[in-house]
Amino acid sequence: MNQLIFISLSTLTIVSALFMVFSRKPMYSVLSLIFCFFTVAGHYILLNAQFLAITHVIVYAGAIMVLFLFVVMLLNLNTVADQIKTMGFRVAAMIGAGMLFLVLLASLKSTTLGTFSFPEDNGMGMVEHVGMRLFTDYLLPFEISSILFLSAMIGAVLLAKKEKR
Amino acid sequence: MDWTLLIDKTILILIVFLISLGVAAYATYGERKIAAILQDRIGPDRAGPFGLLQPLADGVKFFLKEDITPAAADKFLFILGPSLFIATALMTSAVIPWGQSFFFGEHEFSLQVADLNVGILYILAVVSIGGYGIMIGGWASNNKFALLGALRASSQMISYEIPLGMSLVALLLYSNSLSLRDIVDMQQGFHWNVFYQPLGFLIFLICAFAECNRAPFDLPESESELIGGYHTEYSSMKLGFFLFAEYINMFISAALISCLFFGGYHFPGLDSLDLAPNLAAMISVIVLFSKIIFFIFFFMWVRWTLPRFRYDQLMRIGWKVLIPLSIVNVLITGAWLTFVK
Repeated sequence: MNQLIFISLSTLTIVSALFMVFSRKPMYSVLSLIFCFFTVAGHYILLNAQFLAITHVIVYAGAIMVLFLFVVMLLNLNTVADQIKTMGFRVAAMIGAGMLFLVLLASLKSTTLGTFSFPEDNGMGMVEHVGMRLFTDYLLPFEISSILFLSAMIGAVLLAKKEKR
Repeated sequence: MDWTLLIDKTILILIVFLISLGVAAYATYGERKIAAILQDRIGPDRAGPFGLLQPLADGVKFFLKEDITPAAADKFLFILGPSLFIATALMTSAVIPWGQSFFFGEHEFSLQVADLNVGILYILAVVSIGGYGIMIGGWASNNKFALLGALRASSQMISYEIPLGMSLVALLLYSNSLSLRDIVDMQQGFHWNVFYQPLGFLIFLICAFAECNRAPFDLPESESELIGGYHTEYSSMKLGFFLFAEYINMFISAALISCLFFGGYHFPGLDSLDLAPNLAAMISVIVLFSKIIFFIFFFMWVRWTLPRFRYDQLMRIGWKVLIPLSIVNVLITGAWLTFVK
């Protein structure tokens, strides 16, 4: 049963990710990326990490992608998309993709295909345990990342203020 | 997979689905009647006794109207918008505990579709994706008024999600659980959360109004400026979906407010009556629904009493009043729990 869910979820994830890349309309790209996030959240649930799954949906699908959608809606990217494909752009894209392929190849070469079994449900993904870990073992990284977010917020406010002047 | 569980849940989902639709349909009737009373009119009284068949007549009319898709619209997204909106509106009901369990012999029939241990976060997740239906619908219409309405709706929803979440944080601090069932059971007797979290309740209530796009926060569809807002180009049952989802949202918000702050299916003295479990379960459902109906009435009462906000006022209240207030509420609750309790 788990195997079946995993295979169908993975297929959906890959198909939606590919659709996001290959779609010609930016609106559809954004929507398929949102769908991709949902399927990834499904993977988290399969791994017994309910808290992570639900925060993933709230943060990525609920907050960040809404802003993406805003930008796409307001910019009307449809007309711009075809103009940027100059010769230099194509060469740069080819070199970039080739290098990525090289890195992937190198990393794939050293991996061995093992068998995968679903983890036991030991309650590790429950919110109590995640919170316990975050506020004891990983307190310093947690606080530092929150400072990072704070600085990003202050920076955004500053940028918005500058434009007004 | 346990088959009885599967059958139980299927039956419950069907019942909740039908009740949501039924309540939403009759909420439209209630809204007109209440508006009529407040404005000293009679209201709908042609279809059936007291106009009780009016929702049916409206439904039939919605289905029979011509369905127009604008030529410049994105066909797929134009259909996806309202479908998504009504789907997300119906999804929240999955974690609401509708009453105490029924017992058929040894078999327990729980009146909650899913007792998630992250129930409240699930609600926040569904609320946060609820805006997509409006955004996609408004954009796909290819109409500037619809787009403006959609932009207003989504920025309003994003802004009011933050104080909504923060008011829930304070409630969670107090109740120590993310499961709705636990939160409701904690309020047994008369220990309703509204007495311990009055400020949190007020913030939650205001945000619920804003998230449902109800007056005085109904700017996304303010007909005097934007014709109809995000659903300007919609007709027939697609428009019906948008309007219907709004009433379902209202029903679910009323249920959530009752569960989170007003004791859910508990009422003072329920346990001292010492009733048979099935009778007690029946009464608990009735209690919850009377609370829900009261809050639906409250939603309508406010709509026909208060005028609409201006857009800058809306944003100012959201960002400069409600968010700081909700953070203060979290601080007070935290301090109270650490030093007093």
